[in-house]
Amino acid sequence: MHYIIIGAGPSGVIASENIRKLDQNAQITLIKGHKEPPYSRMAIPYFLEEKITEDGTHIRHKSNSFNEQGITLVNELVSEVKTKDNTLVLSDGSELVYDKLLVSTGAIATSPPIEGINSNHVYNCWTLEDARNIAKKAIPGSSLVLMGAGFIGCIILESLLKRGVNLTVVEMGDRMVPRMMDESAGGLLKSWCESKGVRILTSEQVISISEAKAKPLQVNLKNSDPLSADLVICATGVKSNTGFLESSDIKLDQGILVNEFLQTNIENVYASGDVAQGLDFSDQSWSIQAIQPTAVEHGRIAAINMVENNSCVHHGSINMNILDTMGLISTSFGQWMGVEGGEESVLLDEQNFRYLNLQFKGEHLVGISSLGHTQHIGVVRGLIRGKVKLGVWKERLMNDPTRLMEAYIANI
Amino acid sequence: MEKSLVINPDKCTGCLQCEMACSYENEGVFNPAKSRIKVFTFHQEGRFVPYTCTQCSEAWCQQACPVDAISLNLVTGAKEVNESSCVGCKVCTISCPFGTINYNQSSGKVIKCDLCGGDPKCASACPTQAITYVDADQTGLDKMRQWATQTDNATSNTASNA
Repeated sequence: MHYIIIGAGPSGVIASENIRKLDQNAQITLIKGHKEPPYSRMAIPYFLEEKITEDGTHIRHKSNSFNEQGITLVNELVSEVKTKDNTLVLSDGSELVYDKLLVSTGAIATSPPIEGINSNHVYNCWTLEDARNIAKKAIPGSSLVLMGAGFIGCIILESLLKRGVNLTVVEMGDRMVPRMMDESAGGLLKSWCESKGVRILTSEQVISISEAKAKPLQVNLKNSDPLSADLVICATGVKSNTGFLESSDIKLDQGILVNEFLQTNIENVYASGDVAQGLDFSDQSWSIQAIQPTAVEHGRIAAINMVENNSCVHHGSINMNILDTMGLISTSFGQWMGVEGGEESVLLDEQNFRYLNLQFKGEHLVGISSLGHTQHIGVVRGLIRGKVKLGVWKERLMNDPTRLMEAYIANI
Repeated sequence: MEKSLVINPDKCTGCLQCEMACSYENEGVFNPAKSRIKVFTFHQEGRFVPYTCTQCSEAWCQQACPVDAISLNLVTGAKEVNESSCVGCKVCTISCPFGTINYNQSSGKVIKCDLCGGDPKCASACPTQAITYVDADQTGLDKMRQWATQTDNATSNTASNA
């Protein structure tokens, strides 16, 4: 049996290793579209900050780890998937034949279609190569414009500041990290950043990037004066990496459509991680979460189903995030924005940048968002996933949301 | 025989010796805030509950780690954080449904119970035997471990990363 996994991010690596554990005799090929060892994008901010070297971003630290597990690494992009012939065409023209295929090609960074976005000195911050380029140019005293205050934009703020750059952030939305924070938390985060000397322009848009005299770039804004910059980082969004599948008969929507086994419409083709439009635990919708825990959960479950013929049902992953923005740590879990007919318990301490918002449906916790609360935060996953009936603790949490951990312990 | 920590909350008096011992062993200071074991107080019920990692076989923290910084100690069965590999991304802290791996702001890394390499100081410090370290088969599957298997996908399957 030849298993081929396309994409060597966390999902693909976990899948290939789990396939090996379940089938000692399988032939396993892990294809990656770059020359780097398999690495984690999650680690890039810490590389930029020089907390770790490039090696520190690698998913497995032993250099012969894949070899030892009998997993063959191939460095080549896949240009076409011919599902009728079970064949992949690689960018060098060669072909590989699979019995079962896993697509775990993740996401790619996108850029808005504005003039000058392809200039030199404009980078995404998505790949290790992007990070190397940014590290070269983000030097003390340089001016940097960061487009996008989403998860990626926020998580690299600290590393950029530590590099000694003058930083301006331009965000189209009305607050920071709108996909994981409500107005209160987003607003608090903005004042936190401003207190650290970062200029944040929300409800603002870059309309074009042009060449300039004093600095290499002039960044033209919709509502304010232009900014001069040595470097622009574009962190405005990512999308599923499915371009190479457009000529195939694998069904796509926001990403690859899968069923509860992480199987696509083609019987021997599965998908996992950021490229897979998998099941969301909270609302049972099919969506792309693009988070590490979901990527590895998908990878593990897809591997089981590929080897053991759909023996493991995926009941859905909880969307959850934790983000460190210059030392202020925020989290969001599940239906943090609330549900119809639900109730909420909110604690806001603006002076100390602390916020806790619990969302309930009946006796169950269905989501939270927080700023400045990190201890034992994992129990939120336990409470949501376990559909723990809170009983008397519901009322206690309505009165004091900080008693989450007690509520958890009292209920296990 | 692999041993495990067994916690009997009924015997706990809330003296916090375990927290002190843990913090001193692992951080070199007597500071309960830096302890990997925490005693929770239930004032209304007059009850104290010591709580720490059960070294669960699902190893949520280990599976979620993007940089291979959590590994299994084959002798003790503990899941241990490798400080030099941990980048401090905190993904494990939201992945562990027991909330027993935590971010330590002063080191910029995560911390969790590692059974002190096979000689857990919380157990030896406990004056009432609310915390003991005994043969794993005597303990049976404790309540939390059982609970873990209900809470997520594929947990009974052998294909975990642990």
